Amino acid sequence: MTNTFRTPGASALAAVAGAVMLAATPALAADGDSTRIDWGPYKVGDVRSGYTFAGAQTRAMQDDEFQNPAFLWLERGMDIWETPAGQAGKACTDCHGDAEESMAGVAARYPIYFEDWDKLMNIEQRINWCRENQMQAEPFKWETDEMLGITAFVKHQSKGMPVDVSIEGPAHEFWEKGKAFYETRRGQLDLACTHCHVDNEGNLIRAETLSQGQANGFPTYRLKWQTVGSLHRRFRGCNKNIRAEPYGYGSDEYTNLELYVTWRGNGLPVESPSVRK
Amino acid sequence: MQIKTMRAGPAAALFGAAALVAAAATTGPATAGDSAPEYTVVDGYTIPEPLTETPGDPVMGRKWVINRKLGNCLSCHQMPIPEEQFHGETGPALYGVGDLYDAGELRLRMVDPKVLNPYSMMPAFYKTEGLHRVRTGFEGKTILNAQQVEDIIAYLMTLKDTSGARAAADN
Ligand code: HEC
Ligand code: HEC
Repeated sequence: MTNTFRTPGASALAAVAGAVMLAATPALAADGDSTRIDWGPYKVGDVRSGYTFAGAQTRAMQDDEFQNPAFLWLERGMDIWETPAGQAGKACTDCHGDAEESMAGVAARYPIYFEDWDKLMNIEQRINWCRENQMQAEPFKWETDEMLGITAFVKHQSKGMPVDVSIEGPAHEFWEKGKAFYETRRGQLDLACTHCHVDNEGNLIRAETLSQGQANGFPTYRLKWQTVGSLHRRFRGCNKNIRAEPYGYGSDEYTNLELYVTWRGNGLPVESPSVRK
Repeated sequence: MQIKTMRAGPAAALFGAAALVAAAATTGPATAGDSAPEYTVVDGYTIPEPLTETPGDPVMGRKWVINRKLGNCLSCHQMPIPEEQFHGETGPALYGVGDLYDAGELRLRMVDPKVLNPYSMMPAFYKTEGLHRVRTGFEGKTILNAQQVEDIIAYLMTLKDTSGARAAADN
């Protein structure tokens, strides 16, 4: 099997530009003051990727495709891309061809407003929509290696491209709902996302440095999980930590929240698959 | 003087103070919190009456503030507890807090800090009302039980400011 991820020279132009951009290692200021690191594309104005809050070792692990454990899932995803499945006997590649071309930039735009559903659709939902409607195949279950692998593979084709979700037109009301979710206190600890990820950005909460809770790196390999996980898994974790009842994977509540959270990070590069503590 | 008495849930209304005393007497230290908090906020800044008859035990209180399933205070506050690594910094350091407030003022800050600051990040440790989407298994329960709150207050009252402690907090 040829491993295209490790040969960026073969990538589409935009992807190459992205890869080169991200290859630039953040430079520590001469006096070693970490607050003065030049984060390159990982920091756009005040918007900062979780990468900029991660430790040097975690960042190094993400940057090196041979060390980044998520690349095992990505390879699984590439197999899925090429393997026919379902009654229609088709593979993703039969409709979409070379993922490096057809999928470049796609993940940067999701979630989108999907007219047939009259609601939002994220990448996982798009993948299952293709499986059910175009391939007549069973949908993948959330958090299976198949779903995480193909999602990571599709998103990786946009690596380095700036996140650019739209909240115009019909998407707007769903963005509003996501925003309301983000700002609502919940759980026995009575906290909203804002308390940790807006008001306390950069502060320690026990041993964890609070980041802005950005979505641009998902699916992510989380050292604590010892596996790759979706953004909705992260939402569930943050909800459970404050003893709030989580919502389901792919629920409307979390998909609306995904739009809001992703929009907060418009301009950050797609980083999938990232590595986090 | 303005007195506001809080009664949470039908259990409190039915059994009143008797239920509270019974709970304090029978609840073991590490169990989930009471389901019938009852307390009286006076003048909007203090709860002068202890929640239990048994005086707080500062040694137990120090354990509850560390315990991640109970107070977990270290997730947000720095305290003079050197054996625990990684004290959080989303709330103020609590060195010397026993000089700043009396027991009643600390009790209100434990029970329901939102009385003082509606935007507070600090959870209400002895309140069940006004919460949203509490996770199954925690509904109607307080984070700490009455005795644990009293124990923590007793511990906080031992935190007297010394310049040495301040210096330790700053590094
Ligand atoms: C009590 C604090 C707390 C609350 C409340 C909270 N989170 Fe988090 N969250 C964390 C911690 C700690 C982490 C891991 C470190 C980090 O990246 O901030 C995290 C990580 C994340 C990440 C991963 C960021 C990355 O770069 O990988 C996302 C996304 C996220 N949170 C979203 C949310 C959303 C959405 C909500 C509300 C539904 C929320 N969080 C509520 C503490 C919290
Ligand atoms: C999720 C964060 C969080 C947790 C957990 C938390 N606190 Fe706080 N605490 C705060 C914040 C923030 C303040 C600042 C005042 C405010 O906003 O209400 C505060 C204020 C206080 C104060 C007043 C300090 C002052 O200088 O005025 C005391 C006392 C206190 N907390 C004790 C505790 C104890 C004891 C616990 C555990 C049982 C605890 N806190 C748990 C966030 C927290």
